[in-house]
Formats: sequence, structure tokens, C-alpha cells
Amino acid sequence: MSIPTTPGTPPNQGAPSSRGFIALRWARRAPRAIFSTDHRIIGFGYLVISLIAVILGSLLSLVMRMHLAWPSWQLPLHGPILPEEYLALVTMHGTLMLFFVLTVAPQSGFGNLILPAQLGTRHMAFPRLNALGLYLTALALIILVAAFFVPGGAPIGGWTAYPPLSSTPLAGPGEGLGMDLWLASIALFAVATTLSSINMLTTITKLRCEGLTWERLPLTVWGWFTAAILSIIAFSVLLAAILLLFCDRHLHSGFFLPAQDLISGVLLQHRGDGSPLLWLHLFWFFGHPEVYIAILPGMGLTSMVIANFSRRRVFAYRLMIATTLLIGFLGIIVWGHHMFVAGLNPFAGTAFSISTIAIAIPAAAKVFSWLATTWGSRPRLTTPMLFALGFVSLFITGGLTGPILAQPILDEYLHNTFFVVAHFHLIMAMAGVFGLFCATYYWAPLLFHRTLSEPLGKLHFWTTLLGAYSTFLPMHFTGLAAEPRHYSQLTGIAGPSATLLQSTLPLQRHITASAIFLLCAQLPFFLNLLLAWRRPANDPADANPWHATTMEWAPNALNPHPNDEPSIVYRGPSHYTDSGKEFSPQWSPVNTFNTEAE
Amino acid sequence: MPSTITPPEIDRHRISDGNNGHRPPTDKRTGGNGEGDGDNWNNRPRGHRGPHERISQARIGLFFALGGDLMFFVALISVFFVTKASGHFDAYDHFINSWLPTAIPSILWLNTIALLLSSVTAEIARRAMFREVDAMDEWFGLGRPVSYRAAIWLSATLALGLLFLAGQWVAWDQLAAQHVFFRSNPSSHFFYLITITHAVHLFLGIVGLIVALAALKFSRSLATRQVWVDTTVWYWHVMGALWIFLFLLLEFGQ
Ligand code: HEM
Ligand SMILES: [Cu+2]
Repeated sequence: MSIPTTPGTPPNQGAPSSRGFIALRWARRAPRAIFSTDHRIIGFGYLVISLIAVILGSLLSLVMRMHLAWPSWQLPLHGPILPEEYLALVTMHGTLMLFFVLTVAPQSGFGNLILPAQLGTRHMAFPRLNALGLYLTALALIILVAAFFVPGGAPIGGWTAYPPLSSTPLAGPGEGLGMDLWLASIALFAVATTLSSINMLTTITKLRCEGLTWERLPLTVWGWFTAAILSIIAFSVLLAAILLLFCDRHLHSGFFLPAQDLISGVLLQHRGDGSPLLWLHLFWFFGHPEVYIAILPGMGLTSMVIANFSRRRVFAYRLMIATTLLIGFLGIIVWGHHMFVAGLNPFAGTAFSISTIAIAIPAAAKVFSWLATTWGSRPRLTTPMLFALGFVSLFITGGLTGPILAQPILDEYLHNTFFVVAHFHLIMAMAGVFGLFCATYYWAPLLFHRTLSEPLGKLHFWTTLLGAYSTFLPMHFTGLAAEPRHYSQLTGIAGPSATLLQSTLPLQRHITASAIFLLCAQLPFFLNLLLAWRRPANDPADANPWHATTMEWAPNALNPHPNDEPSIVYRGPSHYTDSGKEFSPQWSPVNTFNTEAE
Repeated sequence: MPSTITPPEIDRHRISDGNNGHRPPTDKRTGGNGEGDGDNWNNRPRGHRGPHERISQARIGLFFALGGDLMFFVALISVFFVTKASGHFDAYDHFINSWLPTAIPSILWLNTIALLLSSVTAEIARRAMFREVDAMDEWFGLGRPVSYRAAIWLSATLALGLLFLAGQWVAWDQLAAQHVFFRSNPSSHFFYLITITHAVHLFLGIVGLIVALAALKFSRSLATRQVWVDTTVWYWHVMGALWIFLFLLLEFGQ
């Protein structure tokens, strides 16, 4: 794979001609590439960060699953997994995946790579700010991973870091220096994400090319736009919360702490009458928008990819723009549904319950549009299309449990069980990752100048889909059987619950086996990338292999030459003839068929 | 904004620039995407990437950044009110609230006046950047009256800003002399949190002022100077307005 380093490089010039000197060439190029303000290099930088994070996070989850199914299993070179180590694994897995994979890759990674080309602009609004965001994100990852290696190890408070346990080193190993590193890392991450969102929003508002009105923007851009607005709002609040928690830890304040607290047998006194509930409010005011930041870009891409391979317009295009914004808006006012059993005022619970269920309306409208777009068409089932359909499937399956959890009375039982784990892994983790795969297969011809292998891609898709469902569907049942979240061991508990949990053990083993299968199913993907890298680059004449209509597929859109004429957009995306053979891309002045230009 | 200056060098690379950019730098046309959608997009003349675009781009960026900042302070202030209202019941069923209002040093009034004045001088500097007469003079090669005027007023802003920060320092000093520290009481937590986070923001504004002054001295492009001064001054105004709000909160909201 070649990474175009200078704006003027034609698509395949950067491809390695003789592979022997590649290391040397990299040594020469690396400094310029690393400190570049070119959005494409920054985009690849973000993808590298999230690739590291996803590999690390998956390995952690594997250890967790092994331990849950076989509690006495010994990790090679380490020994048995202690309960506090299990909690550290949960915490770091969640943090890596949510922040460094699902926030970084769809929004900052593919956003930087594709967004400017879709807008028909050559550069982003604030390239240096953009680069700064990348460095801070990288630094944040390094600081986070460093927490594994300090005395006490990684924090054990979960990705939500609830006080009072996150407020004092007494709460357990990892809650000392490890927790401080966690806070520093996430604070840096919040700043970085805010900076890159400012850049993205300004680029979208100011740098759209001639003719690219708001209504003609592809839904991917709308997804990035809404997610960036949510990022700015949510991460600023998270930053404030982290600042306050830091004061509680080190400056003897008690914003989140009651006047007296008994932790690990030690009585702690604090000034004032703070409450952990306050942290929950601030954290989830960030946390719920965060899950939509993770999924909105994928929703946009799914709409565009499904339309493209069905050779149809996106069903109810304007409504899809509206639902994107509405989901973003509602996402800000539903945070209380994470706090039903935390001591929330029951009246507030009802209000949050209603607003949460209301989100199902725009979400269902999206699903309806995806289905209606494909309905009765003869879609080309290419790998990107399959991943987009997989996204829809996972979104439905995971979404159905949302309105169940949104009812306080049901959530009272389900909140601390694996039912919630099943919900958010299907709808966020798996759907989000399917969005990323869809993006990689779809845009590979632009990013790597090579099309990824279809047979391998399909193998990857079907095995991953099977693995995803086989891993996460059964968690609904173990959750209903009261398997608690964040418990390192299910055996050895006294009382009737033990019998109930004991009965889930076969299912636990099945889940673990499926998780291993799911991880192995990623091998075809990496093999695919590797093989593509060894193949010669695509013929530049075949620059638009999917016959797509959006601006990033215009000739040289990703590598514009400074002397090129500025781009002009003539129509909205997804204009195809009924047969699907002809199409009018956004950049083409000629209408290949007779319908209204807009 | 009184006028928009369009120095010619920006549009030099345009193949067809729709006559934009070969005029004297007093072009008042707004351009770009701000005019709403759909009005004859496909046939409009090219060339809306002039300096006006750069300024409005910087302003939009600032707008989003300040939006985030606003949420940061909204979070802090929500916690302020929650903490102020919270308490617990003791063994005799008395509601105990440990909030003791922090007496605000009266020097803050003086600081506030200094900050208000600094916004006035900043605004004068900002407007000086867009005076057509001066811009024309510079275009004809008659010195740099734009920079000259603005630099004076911007330096005044800088001095007043530093005065404000020094005044805040005195206030912290006075409180420390009365043994009121961050850890003393929930209300003093907030006094320090709010004044310090605001001071950090103002410090960023001071850095911005210094960069803007450097740009006034060294940058040859009028557009670049306008962008720096304009954005810094808008940031400064917002930090001033934010301070007024925070000050009123501390003075009367406790
Ligand atoms: C129909 C729409 C949805 C509804 C009604 C809904 C409802 C809920 C509710 C009520 C909870 C709290 C359960 C509990 O903790 O007891 C929850 C948890 C969660 N949801 Fe959803 N949800 C929806 C869609 C989504 C989407 C689209 C995502 C992500 C892309 C998502 C990600 C999550 C996550 C990550 C959690 C768990 C967080 C944690 O406790 O660590 N949900 N959902
Ligand atoms: Cu939520």
C-alpha cells in the first residue's frame, strides 16, 4: 500500500517499485510523514492508532473470556487472573475500544481521509490544528497503555470511572497512579477530539466546493458533521468532569464524594456533601452522545453504500438528513437512562425513559430507509455492500433491546447484567466495526489504489457475521439468568443464584469459543490487505470501480494537483438510471439521463 | 465588519476569478457558502476564496471552539449550584449544609473594570484593521497605517489584560492571607476553580494578542494580520463577557 505523501503525486507513483529499499525509503520519509499537516497522512495516522488499540483491546477481551469460561485458566507467562486483574482488563478493554477505536477510526480516521474529497476541497480549514489533534491522540494512547506498567497496574473502575472508587487509591490496585494516568489520557483525548472536531466542522461549513449545497452533501458528511457537533459538546463536559475528579483525588475537595466514606475499611472524611450521582450525570451527559459519535459516521456510510450497490437513490434523502440531526439532538437529552438504578429521582427516570424511547423513532426511520432503498432492487452483493447490510442487521438486533432497557422497571433487573453487554456490543461495537470494514473495502481503491479481493472479503464477512451473533446473542440469555457485569468469577458464589449461574456455564464456554472464532475470522481481512499490498496498483483508468457518484471518486479527488480547476458539483449524490448501468456522478456536467438535476 | 479588504495576492492562482481580486482592496462583496443554498449555484462566478473567506473561516472555527468552552463552563457552573444546594441530615434530623460563602476580595471590581476597558481598546484595534482609507494607503505603498494604529490599541489591550491577571493574583494572595484556600470550603473550591480556569483562558488570549502583535509587525499580508487581530479580539470579547457572568455569579450567586 502506498501512502501518497505530497498533494501532487499521481495515484500510483508512490507505489514501491522495488521492495528491497522500502525500509530505507521509510526511514527517509518517516519524519516528513509523521509531522505532516496533510489530512490524508493524518487520517492514516489515526487509523494506525486505532489499529493498535483494536488489536490490544481484542487481546484483552480474549483473556477476559478465557477467564470467565475457565476460571482456573492460567495466562501463559503470567499465571492465574486475579479478580482485580480482571477488572483492569474490563476497564482497559472498554477505554481502548470506545475512545481509541470507535471514536478515532470512523470520525478522525476516515473523516480526514475521505471528507475533504467528498467536499471537493483540497485541504481542511485548520491543518495544523488537525495535526495537533493527531499528536495529542497518540500521546493519550501512550499514556493510557503506560498505566499497565506502573506500580498497581491499570485502573479497575471501568470505562465509566465511577467515584467514590475512582477517587482514592484505597479502592484497589490501579486506582492510584494507574487511575491518574487514565484521567490524564482521557483529558488529552478530549482536547484532541475537540480540536479535530473544530477543524472538521469549519471545513464542512466553509470549504464545500461550488454547487455543493447542504442538501447535496452525502449522508456520510452529515454523519461526520453531527458527530463532530456532539463531540464538541460532550467532550468539553467530560473534560470539566475529569478536572473535578482530579481535584477530588488530589486537592481534598469532595464534589463527587459524600461527607464520610468507608473504603477498604478506612473511614474517609471529605469537605462538603458531594455525590457520586453528580459524576454519573456529567459522565453520561458525555457518555451517551459518545456512543452516537461512534455510530453516526457508520450510519451515513451505510446509507450511501446501500444506495450505490442497489443503484437507487437513498430513500427519503431529506428525511435521512433530518433523522441524523434528530438522533444527534435526542442523544444529548437521554443520558439518565444509564442511571435508573443509581438513585435517580423516579420522575426524572420517567422523563429520561420517554426521551430514550423517542430515539427509537428516528432510528427506526433510518432502518426503514435502508430497507426501502434495497427493496425490490437487484443489489450487487459486493463485500462493502454485505458489510453495510450486516450493519443494518446488527443495528436492528441490538436496537430491539434498547426500548426494553429504556424502561426503568425492566432495567432495574437488567442494568447490571450481561443483557446490557449484549445490547451495546451488537448495536455499537459490532455495528461500528462493520461500518469500519465497510469503509475499508469500499474506499480501498482510493486509499490503497487496489481493490481488495472479493472471495476473501466475502469469507471475512460471513465468518465475522456468524462470529458476532454467536458471541453476543447468547449474552442476552446469560444476562436474563442474572450473570452480572464486571464480575471476574461466576463460580463459588453462595446461595440460589449460584445454581442459576452454574447453569449458564455451558453457554459461557460457547461464548468464549465464539469469541475466539470471531477473532480468527479477522485473519482473512489482514491476509486480504497483505495480498493487495503485493499486487500491482489498479489501472488509474479504473479509478471508480464501484461506479459511485460522490465526489471522492472524481478523477484524482484524493490527490488533487494544485493547478487543477476547482471542483464543481452539479447535483446530489446517487443518480442512476433505472437499469443501473448509467449514472451521473456529482462532478459530471452532463446528465446521462433525463431526470431533474435536483 | 465595516469593510473587507481584498489584497490581490490571494487570488493570483485563479484561472478565472470572476473579476474578483483585480480591484482595489475595498471590495465589499461577501462570498462563499454563507449566502444560503440553492441560489443559482451552478452559474455563479468563481472566486469566493478571498480574504473574506479566511476571516469568516477563522471566525467559524472560533465559534465552534467557544461553543465547546461554553459547555465546559456550563458543566462547572451546574456543579456549583448542585454543590451549593446539597447537604445531609445529622443524627438529630437537622439538615447540614457546609457551604460558607467566600468573601470576594473587592479588587475584583477593579479587575473587572480593567477587563471591560481592555475590550474597548481591543475593539478599536479590530476596527482599525478594516479602515478603508488606511488599507488603500497601504495598497498604494504609503506605509502601514493599518498596522500602526492597531498595534497601539492592541498593546493597550495587552497591558490591561496583564493588569487583570496581576489583579487576580492579588486577589488570591489576599484570600490566602485570610487563610482561605482551595481546600477550605466547597464555596472556596469554586472561587479558585472558576477564577483559575478563567485566568488560563485569558492567558491564552494574551498569547493570542502577542501573536497578533507579532503578525502586525512582521506579516506582509494584510489578510493575515486581519485574521489574527480579528479572531483574537473576538476571543477576548467573549472571555470578557464570560468573566462578567462568572464575577456576578461569585459576587451575588453564592
Ligand atoms: C433504540 C435506540 C436505543 C435505546 C432505546 C437504548 C437504550 C439503552 C439503555 C436504556 C441503556 C442502559 C442500560 C443499562 O445500563 O442498564 C443502554 C446502554 C448502552 N447503550 Fe443503548 N440504546 C439505544 C441505542 C444505542 C446505540 C445506537 C448505541 C451505540 C452506538 C448504544 C450503546 C449503548 C452502550 C455502550 C450502553 C452501555 C454503556 C455502559 O453501561 O457501559 N445504544 N442503551
Ligand atoms: Cu445511552
